[in-house]
Amino acid sequence: MKTVEEIKAAIEAAVPGAGVEFVSNPSASAQHSLRIAPQSAVAVAKFLRDDADLAFDFLSNVTGVDWPDKEIAEKVKVMRWVTKTVDGPDGQKVDQPVEETVEETRKRIESGCLEVVYHLYSVGKKHGPLVLRMRTVNRTDQVDLPSLTPVWRSAELQEREVFDLYGVVFGGHPDLRRLLMWDGFKDHPMRRDYVEPDDFEYEPTPHDEVLKRAQERENREQRTEGPRDRGLAAG
Amino acid sequence: MTVVENKAERAEGWNRPQVIEPDGEGELLEVAMGPHHPSTHGVFRMDVALDGERVVRLKPVFGYLHRNHEKIAEGASYLASMPYTDRLDYFCSLTNNWAYALAVEKLVGQVVPERAEYIRVILAELTRVQNHASSIGFLIQEMGASGTPLMYAFKEREKILDLFESLTGSRMMCNYMRFGGCRVDVSASWLDATRKVVAGLPAFVDEFEALLSSNEILMARCQGVGILRPELAINAGVSGPMLRGSGVNYDVRKVDHYGIYDRFKFRIPLGDHGDIYDRYMVRILEMRESIKIIEQALRDLPAGPIMDTRAKLRGFRPKPGEAYGRIEAPKGELGFYLISDGGLNPYRYRVRPPSLINLTILEDMCLGHNVADVVLIFGSVDIVLGEVDR
Repeated sequence: MKTVEEIKAAIEAAVPGAGVEFVSNPSASAQHSLRIAPQSAVAVAKFLRDDADLAFDFLSNVTGVDWPDKEIAEKVKVMRWVTKTVDGPDGQKVDQPVEETVEETRKRIESGCLEVVYHLYSVGKKHGPLVLRMRTVNRTDQVDLPSLTPVWRSAELQEREVFDLYGVVFGGHPDLRRLLMWDGFKDHPMRRDYVEPDDFEYEPTPHDEVLKRAQERENREQRTEGPRDRGLAAG
Repeated sequence: MTVVENKAERAEGWNRPQVIEPDGEGELLEVAMGPHHPSTHGVFRMDVALDGERVVRLKPVFGYLHRNHEKIAEGASYLASMPYTDRLDYFCSLTNNWAYALAVEKLVGQVVPERAEYIRVILAELTRVQNHASSIGFLIQEMGASGTPLMYAFKEREKILDLFESLTGSRMMCNYMRFGGCRVDVSASWLDATRKVVAGLPAFVDEFEALLSSNEILMARCQGVGILRPELAINAGVSGPMLRGSGVNYDVRKVDHYGIYDRFKFRIPLGDHGDIYDRYMVRILEMRESIKIIEQALRDLPAGPIMDTRAKLRGFRPKPGEAYGRIEAPKGELGFYLISDGGLNPYRYRVRPPSLINLTILEDMCLGHNVADVVLIFGSVDIVLGEVDR
């Protein structure tokens, strides 16, 4: 099989403006991957499938990864004008602006994203895996990615699973519905900030502790505006 | 009844199921097969639309056994997920263990000692034999032969499970493999018992085949039913006996040579037509090949350690990175995808379940067949709901 760098070059030659980025994997497996731009993903996928040398006809695995927003504290050196009292030429104290380097801790929030990872193999050429990744813009409102189901049918159920558990919306998927959770469910359980509902062990006739927790939750939801419906409340 | 292509799907050819239009006489009957239908091997539902006896639409409904295995594993240490992998495909816990161990070994670059590799091969192939035997037994049971073939299969499976129990302490939830080796060594008496069981297996397969392969009813119900074309099978990510039943020569044991599979002589049985009968036949022949592998492994089993001496059980923290490891499990390609951030727990833990992905093309195989055949086609996929829903 060609190396990942060679495949990257082949993609760039075949699909102009593909926006492919090499992602190194420092672990012992050395399975490096390619991050592709969502807008050219389907073209890249078709090229990888149909190219005679690469012939990645078997999409083995599709999965999501959640990268939440990260708060990063950095120490930055800043130049600043500071007024200092210095000895003047005639022996008097004079205020004079002086440039000084100060260290400052700045916090910035690196916005997170949802990532979808595809593992490709070739049945004809018997090589692989090639790892493709795609990232959404953020985790809240811009979570659209193109579906690769039209290229590889095996993505059909797996992309539904990623949609269900992570909340990535695949444009062009023929039948995008929840796969494992029920239709009325509202959240995405595989996200890292997912909080389990406290009426986890829902009972049709709550009693004792379950009843207490259910009531507490109800009170809390009345207090806060717009409760996040965990899907269990309706019963 | 007319078969028409869907316009939007014509561009992609065989990528989407063809659309079957009812003949216009009478109404469509919608049947929910499951979740407690005895043929669904657990809790699984197929919403079937019938035109008379024929299936015009079939939508599988998943999730009745969902417990978010992946989320639980991301909250536990690497080793703590090992016993939980037993519960994925509870017929083949040892191959699940192996797939997970293989992915972690790839992630950290561990080497498994020779003896442990041989033990893994012996156990995986024993697992394959008992899985294929019982899956054929279930298939025949669904055809209406209540009991007899299934009991023949279970009689043999029982012997293999006894071996598992005496080695690992559990019949089905074995929890036997570790990162860099196996948990306990095999004893001489266990090897003798295994040799005895393996010596009896060819006679069992012969008997099974004499009972079934040329059976008139089995041939009438299976041949030409549930055909899966090889191009669609590859495109839909189908793996295992399903893929080889369609005539595609792809076996992860031969392609990846994971473990020590390059040392054994065995052949890959392939089907011709991709129907239920071919899948049945591929499973029978795979049992025979597995027996050959076990015999070779038992003959060559070297002495030595069974654990990598550098393997760390406590405080196991792989360096940041990711790995995808896959094996040829009895049901297909079972893969584990792990991302480590250097902590005690995996950052991302993903199971690539062959049972779920093999169901992608269930509708394609069932369209146009009688509703009674749906049961057989579904049975020939060979799934376990513990792995489908995770």
